[in-house]
Amino acid sequence: MTASNPGHAEQASVSGDILDLQGVTRRFGDVTAVDSVDLTVRRGELFSLLGGSGCGKSTLLRMIAGLATPDSGRLFIDGQDMTNVPPYERPVNMVFQSYALFPHMTVTQNVAYGLRQEGMARGEREDRVHEVLRLVDMQDLAGRKPDQLSGGQRQRVALARGLAKRPRILLLDEPLGALDRKLRERTQFELVNLQEQIGTTFILVTHDQEEAMTMSDRIAIMRAGRIQQIGTPRQVYEYPNSRYVADFVGTANLLTGEVVANTDGIARIRIADTGTLVHVSAAAPVAPGDQVTAMVRPEKLRATADLNAVSGEANLLSGVVEDIAYLGDMSIYHVQVSGGPRIQVAQANRRHTGEAPVTWGDTIHLTWHPDDGVVLTA
Amino acid sequence: MSRARVLNGRAGRRLVTAIPFVWLSVFFLAPFLIVFAISLSQSRYGVPPYEPLVQDGEILARLDNYVFLLADALYVTALINSLLIAATSAFICLLIGYPVALAIARAPQRWRAPLLLAVILPFWTSFLIRVYAWIGLLKSDGIINNALQAIGLTDAPIQLLQTSFAVHLGIVYSYLPFMILPLFAALERQDSGLLEAASDLGARPWRAFLSITLPLSMPGVIAGFLLVFIPAVGEFVIPELLGNSRTAMIGKVLWTEFFSNRDWPLASALAVTMLLLIVAPLAWLEHLRQRRGETRP
Repeated sequence: MTASNPGHAEQASVSGDILDLQGVTRRFGDVTAVDSVDLTVRRGELFSLLGGSGCGKSTLLRMIAGLATPDSGRLFIDGQDMTNVPPYERPVNMVFQSYALFPHMTVTQNVAYGLRQEGMARGEREDRVHEVLRLVDMQDLAGRKPDQLSGGQRQRVALARGLAKRPRILLLDEPLGALDRKLRERTQFELVNLQEQIGTTFILVTHDQEEAMTMSDRIAIMRAGRIQQIGTPRQVYEYPNSRYVADFVGTANLLTGEVVANTDGIARIRIADTGTLVHVSAAAPVAPGDQVTAMVRPEKLRATADLNAVSGEANLLSGVVEDIAYLGDMSIYHVQVSGGPRIQVAQANRRHTGEAPVTWGDTIHLTWHPDDGVVLTA
Repeated sequence: MSRARVLNGRAGRRLVTAIPFVWLSVFFLAPFLIVFAISLSQSRYGVPPYEPLVQDGEILARLDNYVFLLADALYVTALINSLLIAATSAFICLLIGYPVALAIARAPQRWRAPLLLAVILPFWTSFLIRVYAWIGLLKSDGIINNALQAIGLTDAPIQLLQTSFAVHLGIVYSYLPFMILPLFAALERQDSGLLEAASDLGARPWRAFLSITLPLSMPGVIAGFLLVFIPAVGEFVIPELLGNSRTAMIGKVLWTEFFSNRDWPLASALAVTMLLLIVAPLAWLEHLRQRRGETRP
C-alpha cells in the first residue's frame, strides 16, 4: 500500500479502499450539487454512480478527477489526501462523455499524450501505446485522426487514452451515451471484460439503470446531491431502501398503508386506498401504526383469471386489465385495482400456460409470496 | 431524388457560385488586367498618360518598367521595407492580440459581446483622424513628451514622430482588431473539454496551451496575420503621416509615381510586383494546405 504519505494515510478510514470521500460538498450558487457525500470504493471494483440529470453524479466524478474542487470535505485516493491536488498531478484518468479527443492528433498521438506529459522515454512510450491500442482493438487505425473514426472507434480511443498511464482509478462519464443501442450493449460487456482483465478500478457515471445493473459490482444511487443507497445490483433491485430507489431502479408497484403487525420479519400492512391486507418482508424495523410503503416488482406477481386457483394465498389483489404491452418475450399488464392502485404485472409469454389468455377488460387476480415484497419506510 | 431536382440543385449551386465569381471578375480581375496592360506600356504626356499597347497592328508591350524597378534601389528598398514593416507589425499584433482574444473567448458569455464591441469601437472614428491623433500624442511638444518632461524623466523632447517606431505603432494600433477578431473566432470555437482532458492526462496549464490551444487556433493565427500583413504592405497614410524618408513604403512610392510623377506604367508595374509578392506566398500556403488535405486516407 501507499507508505509515501503516512500522515495522510492515517486519516483515510480503510486502507484497502482506493477511494475515500469524507463529507464532500460542492455548491454552484444556491444549488448544492453534491451534499456531504461519504463514499468508499474498493480496489479493483467496477463502481457506478447512478442518477437522473442534475443529481450531482457528474460533479462528484469531476471532483475525483480534480476538475472541480470540493467546497468542504476531504478526498483520498489510495490513502493520500488529494482534496486540493490539481488534476494533472492525480493518479486518475477520465474518459469524457464527449470523448474530448484532440482533433489535431492521430490516434497514436492522442493515446501517447499523457505518457509524454510524464516524460516517458520514446521506446517505452511506443510499447505502451501499442499495448493499450491492442487492448481496445484499435491498433489498425493508429494513424487516423479522430474525425476519421466512427463513434464506437472514438470511444475505444478515449478508453485507450485513459488507460495508457495505468491510472489507479479510471473515471468514465457516460462512456456509452453516444453509442446506438446495439453497440452500447456489446460495449457494456467489452468494458466489463476489459476491467476484469486489467484489474483497474473503474468508476462509471450513468443515468441508465440497465447499464449500471449490467456492468457494476456496486452501484451508488444519487438524488439531489446525496447518495440514496449503495449496494450490489441485486441488493438495490431486490431490497431498495426507499421509494425513490425502488422506482428509479426498475419498475416498482408501490402500495402505501399502515403497519398492522410485524411478526417473524413479515409485516402485515393495510393498504390505504382499499383497506386490503398485504404481507411483505420487513428488512427495516417497523411497528404497528407506522405509515409505510409495500413494494412488489412486476415480475414477482402471479396473475390468473381463475379465482379458485388463488384461494388461500397470503396476498391477493383483484383488478381489471386496462393496458397490455406485448414485448414478445413477456407482456406487461396494467391492472386497475378497484378504488385502489394501478399495478404493473410482467408475465413471461410461455407457449402454453393452461390458462385463458388475458385481454382488455378482464378481471384478474394477482398474488405474490410475502418474501417477494419489501417494506419501505422512506 | 428525381433527375429534375438534381439539375435544379446543380443550377442553383452554379447561380450561387456565379455571384461572387462575377463580382470578382468585374471588380478585381478586370481592373488588375487593365493595370497589368498599362504596366507593359510607356508613359507619355497626354490623356491617357501612356502609349497605347497596340499601334498600327503592332503590339508594343515591353517589360522595361519591370527592369527599371529591379534596377533602381529606391523601389527594391521600398518593397523590402514594406514587407519587413508589415511582417513585424503583424507579428506584434499577434503578440498583443492573442492574449486579448484568448481573454475575451474565456470571459463569461455575457461579457463577450461588450468586449468585442470595445475591440471594434475605434472603427466608429475615421481612420485618418485616429492616425492624426497619434501625431498629437507623439510630436515633440505632444502629450507624451510633455508628460515625460513634467515628471522629469527627460530634459529634452524625445524624437517619437517620424520614426520607424511611430510607423510600427500606427500600423499595430490601426490593424489590431483585424488580428483579434479571427483569433477570437478560432479560440471561442474550441471545446473547453479538450483542455480538461489535457489537464487530466497530466499537462500543466502552460503545456496544455502549447499542445492544444495554440495548434488548434492556427487557422485564426494565419487569418489574422494575413488580414494585418496584406493591407499593411500597401499602407500609405501611416508612413506618410508618422514616418520619415527611411520608412518609405511601397504604397507611398506608388502614390508618388501615380500623382506626382504621373508615370502610370511604372506605377502599374510597381502595383503588379507588389501583388505578386503578396499573392505568391499565399498561393503556396494554399497549395500546401490542399496537398495535406488530399493525403488523408
